[in-house]
Amino acid sequence: MNTFLSIALIVLVVSFILGLIRVFLGPSTEDRMMAIQLIGTTAVAMLILGSALLNMPSSIDVALVLAVLAAVAALALSRQQQTRTSQDD
Amino acid sequence: MINLIAVCLILIGLLFFIAGSIGLLRLPDIHSRLHALTKADNLGLGFLALGLILLSDDIFIAAKLLLAWLLVTASSATSAQLIAQRARRREKDAWKI
Repeated sequence: MNTFLSIALIVLVVSFILGLIRVFLGPSTEDRMMAIQLIGTTAVAMLILGSALLNMPSSIDVALVLAVLAAVAALALSRQQQTRTSQDD
Repeated sequence: MINLIAVCLILIGLLFFIAGSIGLLRLPDIHSRLHALTKADNLGLGFLALGLILLSDDIFIAAKLLLAWLLVTASSATSAQLIAQRARRREKDAWKI
């Protein structure tokens, strides 16, 4: 079972790297934000897999915090755009 | 038997994760990329958490895994709406000029 979980973790790292390639390529800010969302979700998945693999229940709490904070980044980006357009008007 | 079901569920979850990442890289425009992303978020992590719930022996840990999935689902739904709204506003501004 541990071997399987390790391989699953490696697959998630590959998914993480694919997301980083999209962050690098862009082209718009929304694309980068979406890729960061994917990276955040992948990190949550890696943490809960790692907690099962290393028998470390406390890393699920870290995953919970990461899941909550993922929405805040998108919210901040959206607000920044709104304030800028209201200044232009 | 229960291990086999858990392995199958984790494999399905990984498939969704890889499909979402490849979709994010390969799809042509921003709204279709958003579609690929939300599949990876909701279904991939959902199946993965379900498989790990079957593997965990503590009910408290199982509840926390379920809570993590629910939080990611809520936050990904919110941020997908916000990102799509922002992209749409930018496209409308581009057409106006």
